[in-house]
Amino acid sequence: MTLLELQRRMMKAVMQPLTSSGRITPKTEDGRLMKIEAAEFIKQNGGLTSLECLEIYSRSYWYRALDSLFDDFPGLRAVLGRRAFQRLSRAYLADCPSQSFTLRNLGARLAGWLQRRPRYAGKTFSLALDMVRLEWAHIEAFDSASEKALGHEDLIELGPDLRVGLQPYIRLLEFEFPVDRLLIQLNRDSDGHAEASNTVLKQKHAGLVRRVIRLIPERTHLAVHRIDSVVYYRRLAAQEFRILDALRDGQPVGDAIQYGFEKSTASIDEQRLLLETWFAAWAELGWLCPPARLKKDEVTA
Amino acid sequence: MPANRFNGFTDYGIGIGLRIPHYAHIFEKKPAVDWFEIISENYMVDGGRPLATLDLILERYRVVQHGVSTYFGSAEPLNREHLRRLRTLVKRTKTPWLSDHLCWGSVDGTYSHDLLPMPYTFEAAEITARKVREARDVLEVPIAVENVSSYAEFHMSEMTEWEFLNEVVERADCGILLDVNNVYVSSRNHDFDPYDYLNSIPAGRVAQIHIAGHSKFQKYILDTHDHPVIDPVWKLYEHAIRRIGPTATLLEWDDSIPSFDEVHAEARKAEKYIQAPAKAGL
Repeated sequence: MTLLELQRRMMKAVMQPLTSSGRITPKTEDGRLMKIEAAEFIKQNGGLTSLECLEIYSRSYWYRALDSLFDDFPGLRAVLGRRAFQRLSRAYLADCPSQSFTLRNLGARLAGWLQRRPRYAGKTFSLALDMVRLEWAHIEAFDSASEKALGHEDLIELGPDLRVGLQPYIRLLEFEFPVDRLLIQLNRDSDGHAEASNTVLKQKHAGLVRRVIRLIPERTHLAVHRIDSVVYYRRLAAQEFRILDALRDGQPVGDAIQYGFEKSTASIDEQRLLLETWFAAWAELGWLCPPARLKKDEVTA
Repeated sequence: MPANRFNGFTDYGIGIGLRIPHYAHIFEKKPAVDWFEIISENYMVDGGRPLATLDLILERYRVVQHGVSTYFGSAEPLNREHLRRLRTLVKRTKTPWLSDHLCWGSVDGTYSHDLLPMPYTFEAAEITARKVREARDVLEVPIAVENVSSYAEFHMSEMTEWEFLNEVVERADCGILLDVNNVYVSSRNHDFDPYDYLNSIPAGRVAQIHIAGHSKFQKYILDTHDHPVIDPVWKLYEHAIRRIGPTATLLEWDDSIPSFDEVHAEARKAEKYIQAPAKAGL
């Protein structure tokens, strides 16, 4: 057996989903006994059988990966409940094992996967999908790159034919549900967990379930961004969202504004006032930067 | 005076792992620490808090990079994106050397995020050594490979673990990060004498030492990094220092992490062993 053959064989066995009781599965994907498969390449080892040796690695892999998703998606956990979240996590990892050197990226494909497997979220599918998208955006906003921000003075010369970029760490999202408020509330609740008694925790859990059940759809436009290394959620007006989206796509400022107000009933004066407010806020937050592949002098010259 | 040609940092002293629960203490109290070891992958990002925090640490402390997912022992080629990010980080930290494990963990682009054991074959030694050399050429920094704790051995192995380690480091002409706790854990799991291991490795290649605690289960020992170092591991450490000479040493504590002071105090227990050869005029 070559090194590659051994590694393919062991990886396949290690990544085979565990049983419901957390043990290594007794059969391989093609129906062979796992203990025979293990014995073919792993030595019996002191008090451990070949299968037990393999199981140490299999359990280690699964618990590490499951813990990573557990930590990264507390909001999804709250929406689905613990058991459904576990079912979803196991199914997701079976379909989409890590393809990155870092566990940070483990949830990168979760939103796309959930869209193809809506049954894992049941009746809460839309809410769950919104929550996954928000939580993944949070991870990306936390440690994505930043560019030197354009200040108020850079924007003075901004004309309709020029382009500006959006900071690479900003994520623009449109939701069916106000999941930002739900997640903020959940985080507040969990902050108190360390000092809460079991009774208090049960009451909080009941309150959480009520909040999820009662959550009413509300079209929400959101920017997930960061200030001084802390991630924040900022609600956006629909037109504001569309303009930022167009700027990020590289459209000239004039086209982006036209696109933003395409379906708006606001008067020209109202639009001008909104634009002044928005551009001032974006500059204050440091959201605008030179567009990708363009130097700063090409932006404002 | 360097203890050997792969150990240009003999005087680095005792380091501890940089861990998030200790950030507040470090920034507030600014404790005197010889050096911090960082997990490279935690900082191989494009921006945000991880890098901002690292920059603050770098202003005051020496930092050495330790990786967990280069996977020198995977049969597949090195991940170019990983190397690119690692190189960027090396430039940022100016790490004097860089370590990662003598293990595999990925195949066909799928990652286990675990330190999976190598089969001790000549083919595996050649592939691993080639990848270490390639990484060193790209990263332009000395590399040390670390022996891992293992819970499985393969029928196809052609030599002992320490013979395999020697094969790899000789072929790659690289250093060794000797983890004495891992030697102890594997010796118990695979029933060999840990002193045979320590006496067989080329002392002239040991660039750094790890010490750590572990957990004992009914049938095996698991390398959990969640306890103080036990006496038998200190004895192994003492033996290693006597053979190798004073060597940069790091305490790993990654789970159930106690206060900074407790971790630091545990790490500094190594001082009496490091200083012993100097006192004896060795």
